Amino acid sequence: MKARVHVMLKAGVLDPQGAAVQHALGSLGFDGVQGVRQGKVIELELAQGTTEATIGEMCEKLLANTVIESYKIEVL
Amino acid sequence: MRAAVIVFPGSNCDRDMAVALKAAGADVQMVWHKDADLPQGLDLVAIPGGFSFGDYLRCGAIAARSPICKAVIGHVERGGYALGVCNGFQVLTETGLLPGALMRNAGLKFICKTVALKVETAASAFTNSYKAGDVVQYPVAHHDGNYTTDAETLAMLQGDDRVAFTYQNNPNGSIADIAGVLSENRRVLGMMPHPERAVDAGHGATDGQALFRGLLSELTAA
Repeated sequence: MKARVHVMLKAGVLDPQGAAVQHALGSLGFDGVQGVRQGKVIELELAQGTTEATIGEMCEKLLANTVIESYKIEVL
Repeated sequence: MRAAVIVFPGSNCDRDMAVALKAAGADVQMVWHKDADLPQGLDLVAIPGGFSFGDYLRCGAIAARSPICKAVIGHVERGGYALGVCNGFQVLTETGLLPGALMRNAGLKFICKTVALKVETAASAFTNSYKAGDVVQYPVAHHDGNYTTDAETLAMLQGDDRVAFTYQNNPNGSIADIAGVLSENRRVLGMMPHPERAVDAGHGATDGQALFRGLLSELTAA
């Protein structure tokens, strides 16, 4: 089985990289980009039957730094 | 004083740290990240700067889960001292031994220069050779030194006098100009600037000597 973990900076945490991407889009002439947040996608190949709770534990222990990041698990 | 310097793949200030500690009079051992135990009778663990594990996933994230870090956490929980500089600070926040996190510099650029820091508290083994309010010059060399915490944690750090150093001219966007913080028992210091790169006249500055000297005097007396 496969799962995909989306890791994003929490709302309220300033994202300097997202801000730079937003600025660059503006300088390419794309008007109206009102915000950019940059995150990561981590794809996991897992043994059949791995529970979402176990994937959650992986996120809490390593994949996300929950001080500044939130995560979302998508079982594929 | 007995000190250990942890070496991860990608550490690049480990030898500088060992030289600075030895120059201050410490007995120093290098410890490889795959070791599960620290040497017996250790007073201080130093986690050096560098790019452990290539900064993969997040700076310090993989190092913080390495076998030796379990031993480092045990050492700190027993009341041992720890100093994390630059990547070492990132590792200490990733282990949860220090609060907050270090994000990409606000200006997105790697910053490599000497900066002026204000000593915010002299009440720690690391800063007892300074006076609160002293201004010292240490080099910084980092891409991810933008310290952040939630408002509650910031208030706690400030209220409990746990901010050790602040930048005079904030180079990286750190919240409240914070350059270094102490643990609740004041025995763990994490900081982005490099005291170990300011201990020899050849470095261009010797302001870092007092940090190691203070540590030695307090831990040798203990």
